[in-house]
Amino acid sequence: MIRLNNISKRFPGGQEALSGLDLAIGKGEMVFITGHSGAGKSTLLRLIALIDRPSDGQIIIDNQNIGRIKKRNISEYRRQIGIVFQDHKLLYDRTIFDNVALPLIISGISRQEAKRRVRAALDQVSLLRKEKQKPETLSAGEQQRVGIARAIVTKPKLLIADEPTGNLDPELSFEVMKIFRRFNDVGVTVLIASHDIALIDHLGCRQIALENGRLKQVDTSWV
Amino acid sequence: MGLKRKKDIKSPIRSSNIFNVWLTNHFSASIGSLGQLSRQPFASLMIILVIGVTLALPSAINILIKNMQSLSNNWGDATNFSVYLKKDLSIKNAKEISELIGQRADIEQVKLITADEALQEFKNQSGFGKAISQIEINPLPHTIVITPSSNSTNTSIFLLHEEIRNLPETDLVQTDTDWVQRFHAILSIIEKGTIIGAALLGIAIFIIVGNTIRLDIGNRREEIEVTKLVGASNAFVRRPFLWTGLWYGFFGGTFSLFLVQYALYLLKEPITRLGSLYQEEIFVTSFSLAENSLIIGSSILLCFFTSWATTSRYMRQIEPQ
Repeated sequence: MIRLNNISKRFPGGQEALSGLDLAIGKGEMVFITGHSGAGKSTLLRLIALIDRPSDGQIIIDNQNIGRIKKRNISEYRRQIGIVFQDHKLLYDRTIFDNVALPLIISGISRQEAKRRVRAALDQVSLLRKEKQKPETLSAGEQQRVGIARAIVTKPKLLIADEPTGNLDPELSFEVMKIFRRFNDVGVTVLIASHDIALIDHLGCRQIALENGRLKQVDTSWV
Repeated sequence: MGLKRKKDIKSPIRSSNIFNVWLTNHFSASIGSLGQLSRQPFASLMIILVIGVTLALPSAINILIKNMQSLSNNWGDATNFSVYLKKDLSIKNAKEISELIGQRADIEQVKLITADEALQEFKNQSGFGKAISQIEINPLPHTIVITPSSNSTNTSIFLLHEEIRNLPETDLVQTDTDWVQRFHAILSIIEKGTIIGAALLGIAIFIIVGNTIRLDIGNRREEIEVTKLVGASNAFVRRPFLWTGLWYGFFGGTFSLFLVQYALYLLKEPITRLGSLYQEEIFVTSFSLAENSLIIGSSILLCFFTSWATTSRYMRQIEPQ
């Protein structure tokens, strides 16, 4: 599903966030990227989401070299992946329903169909009864679940999340991870950047540890 | 996910019909931007007022010129001219020459105003009645007002002037239409000036609306970034701003028409009074339906173009970080 060939990312200052990274993640896998802050976790996810471009190397997502995607086609590409952010990135002047419906509206789904899908997505994160509320009336954990609902409402095959539990207490974090787990169970490839080792160990998924932009240790048995 | 195949790249979701999607998106963007305007009623109203007033100025001047022209056209058509006869001519001689001239084929009508009649009329109308009574000798000459026949050309009228000017009894031939022509020349200068003024005011609207939309884009930067992150194209995030421009144009143009109509309503009564003083009925012409649509249309076009140019400039710069 995801293959990174010799990926490097240097920032204009000359500082190197990723250097010569090779990585492969299979379809339907749930993988955690771990490492200290500054290890390159976020940079990696940003490259996959095409928020940034690598300085070197290739990224192949589902057999497509995303380096070849032109700037004006990025939006089309993003519509096919679900992205969850640490700071939720919700629109605070709109209701929960409208927030979750946003990707569907962008895709031009009919009102009726959108309604059905938004309800289904909110139901999966147990927020259906709060659909008419605004984000600020929700707790941090609930806001993160809205962010997840928005990411999965288009039924993407790939879901990436950058520190989705960064602002949550352990109990809520576990709840959020269980939600990701449920999507993974139905075949969605999930890639999560997190530094919460204790929680990740508990979930028992494959881990990719980054250190100074390089792989620290990889369990290669699956390759 | 099948990203490889072009068909699948379009959207993982089966969009029923691209045109329908486009239409639906535009519909919701138009309603959405109306909502956005109504959420900041004061700011929106200010912009609409500015556009309205700015457009009302050239429109009002235009309507003024239009009225002046229609008024003066009535005078301009008149090819009448006056012939002042020599002072020492008797009434009898004046009548003879008047009849003689009246027999010409190229003359429709002659009207003799004798010196006494002229004086009497002057007494009545000038308000100097008493003062004039003191004058013993009548300083005014006999006058013949000549209306050339309706099929006269400019050349034939010119020749007619010349012939009559050369008559031994003639003192002076005066065409009444000289000042009308001057008046038209002045009007056309004002008209040209209005076009230049309108262009300058159009630039003002461009700057004002452009700046407002630029600020609006800045205020909604985060929203634009988030929307782009979840897969919105430049066209999608741009659409509401284009509609905002369009609505500004529509409401601003409509408001300017309202201003002009209201001004006309206020002026109607004094103008009619002025007309009655000149024993003339003045009809105040307003804009025709086509002209009304032209004003609103150009207002919409101008504001739409402004938002188009502004969003082209700034929207691309906003990329999620």
